[in-house]
Amino acid sequence: MKIDINGTSIGYSSGSGHPEADAPAIYFIHGAGMDHTVWVMQARYFARHGFRVMALDLPGHGKTDGPALDNVDAMADWLRGVIGATCHDASSITLVGHSMGTLICLSLAARFADLVDKLVLLGTSAPMPVADVLLNAAQDNDHAAIDMANTWSHSQRSLLGASDNPGTSNLHMGERLLERMADDVYFKDFSACDGFSTEHYDAIHTPTLIITGDQDKMTPPRAGMAVADLLKVSELVHLQGCGHVMMSEQPNQVLDAMSGFVRG
Amino acid sequence: MTDSKHRSPQGMGFDTLSLHAGQVPDPTTGARATPIYQSAAFVFPDSDAAAGLFNIERAGHVYSRLSNPTNAVLEERMAALDHGVGSVVTASGQAALHLAITTILSAGDHIVSSRSVYGGTHNLLEYTLSRFGISTTFVDPRDMSAFAGAIQPNTKLIFGEVLGNPGLEVLDIPSLSELAHSHHLPLLIDATFVTPYLCQPIELGADLVVHSATKFLSGHGVVVGGVVVDGGTFDWQSSDKFPTLSEPYVGFHDLVFADEFGPAAFITRARKEGIRDFGACMAPMTAFQILQGLETLPLRMQKHVANALEVATYLEQHDLVASVSYPGLPSHPDYELAQTMLPKGCGAVFSFELKDGREAGRAFIEGLSVFSHLANVGDAKSLVIHPASTTHHRVDEASLRAAGIGPGLVRLSIGLEDSKDLINDLKGGLRAVEKLNKQRASQVAKPLEAVS
Repeated sequence: MKIDINGTSIGYSSGSGHPEADAPAIYFIHGAGMDHTVWVMQARYFARHGFRVMALDLPGHGKTDGPALDNVDAMADWLRGVIGATCHDASSITLVGHSMGTLICLSLAARFADLVDKLVLLGTSAPMPVADVLLNAAQDNDHAAIDMANTWSHSQRSLLGASDNPGTSNLHMGERLLERMADDVYFKDFSACDGFSTEHYDAIHTPTLIITGDQDKMTPPRAGMAVADLLKVSELVHLQGCGHVMMSEQPNQVLDAMSGFVRG
Repeated sequence: MTDSKHRSPQGMGFDTLSLHAGQVPDPTTGARATPIYQSAAFVFPDSDAAAGLFNIERAGHVYSRLSNPTNAVLEERMAALDHGVGSVVTASGQAALHLAITTILSAGDHIVSSRSVYGGTHNLLEYTLSRFGISTTFVDPRDMSAFAGAIQPNTKLIFGEVLGNPGLEVLDIPSLSELAHSHHLPLLIDATFVTPYLCQPIELGADLVVHSATKFLSGHGVVVGGVVVDGGTFDWQSSDKFPTLSEPYVGFHDLVFADEFGPAAFITRARKEGIRDFGACMAPMTAFQILQGLETLPLRMQKHVANALEVATYLEQHDLVASVSYPGLPSHPDYELAQTMLPKGCGAVFSFELKDGREAGRAFIEGLSVFSHLANVGDAKSLVIHPASTTHHRVDEASLRAAGIGPGLVRLSIGLEDSKDLINDLKGGLRAVEKLNKQRASQVAKPLEAVS
């Protein structure tokens, strides 16, 4: 689906929902190089449960017009504009982020605390430094950047398979999704992650759920736990045997962790 | 990205994936082998989870026509081996081809296909699908301009087999992919004869792959099955040609598959519509037996192609043989292309032409004892068939020639026996042809003697 905001076409999924005008809103923000399709199962769940779902494509990603942005606060400002244009009457607003998306959620909650009621952060780290080998490959638009990030994003089990989704190869899904992005997008995303700092943020009071995977090599569990230090109210769920792309590796466990927190 | 070639993730190697992909030891029992989940349906944890499974928001199984845990192991293993985002296994290879086509084509649509395809495929495309409004134009698989010239405004698919039938033409997949994509069309490849061990069409530019799993993937010849693999490479929203994926589907509450499932749009619709409604699903016992075969696929294919090359080389040098059509031989017109596209070998199915026609073919077949005379390929055991005296016995010579089948054409599927035993067996068949020729010569000579 697409929506036009101030002359910019923005790609998103509603999770096939038909919400009431005052339905609670939930925004899903993807990670580096990805798009809204990583949230398909979570989006469809919350849409069926009456939420106004917007699983967004960030600028320059998926079906949203470019250019891609290269710092987190600018992405958060963009998100604030989208929320303002799409969510006038919502009874509450929840932001759900993955990886780079979690930084956008933190930026928005820190700088515009009144806008957001709840945060869900999957695979987070603050700061989120990116290895030089990955940054350099992304800068060169070298496919090796996709290969490295995709492999490191999956658990040991996913390298062999045994996907929870029947007949799906999570590893190849990740590869094909990342291959869709345009030149320079990955470098801008990684630069945004690498340059992210919380030093200018006040403590965040928004109730927050943090979900970590114990085999997450991109944002290790201890990094997620450290993010909790920024937060006044937080819950932590550790997923066993799960890597960085937890929405596809353990979709049911992610839903179980999210549903009570978001709907409660 | 600038480097837009689709690649395999940096994961495990092919041999490891053949054994392990899609399966871990059973978490409940510790079973190392893949369990056979011989159950038609699966219990819902609660009502909300049940609704979630139907709504594609939870992972799991509902009913074995749609998915089954044993089948899912085979599906994920084939996706891993073929570098796809997913696959669906089917009741047969024909069911896989039908599922692939009907997921994206509707009445009024058109296919451009290689004319060198399996006879059953030709029947489906030429006669059966045309009854449902899907037409096909067949072209020479070596002629890229013929493919281009056959594309119409309503063309939705380009199709071919890696190795043609019966001429073993090697399909130039990279060139055909480039052509298809320049017209915003997906390329579907039947890779039955080569398996992912010898050729991974998605790596070469194809978007969809089908196999008859009855053949080399299984290797044992005890089951019938098929699989369709989605490369996740084609952008179904790049044009308005594919409304089944790019527009709301009333049959699933206005779901737009390409919008919500991205690279998995095709395979998700194939499962949520094609398998659901046409119902040509695979039995879990069949999936288990195919998995047993896949575990040894790399080893078997190495022996298959080594034996095939040895046998083909022997036959090519024999006086009674007019020609051998095997892309692994320098005499084949596509030898150079095969060296590039099929560096590990050109499969184990090939044909050769006996000089002395239909009767010679019959005598040859009946002189064999190790080769089994039947209508199949890809068994661990060597197989043979003489089309002119069996599948095409009612067809006159002119029609046979038009179909690329000479009266003395024999098709072999080379198995895993000792190559010397296979060659000795073939010698027996060729001796039977020699004997026939002598009898013929004497029958001709006697009247002449009488005259003299």
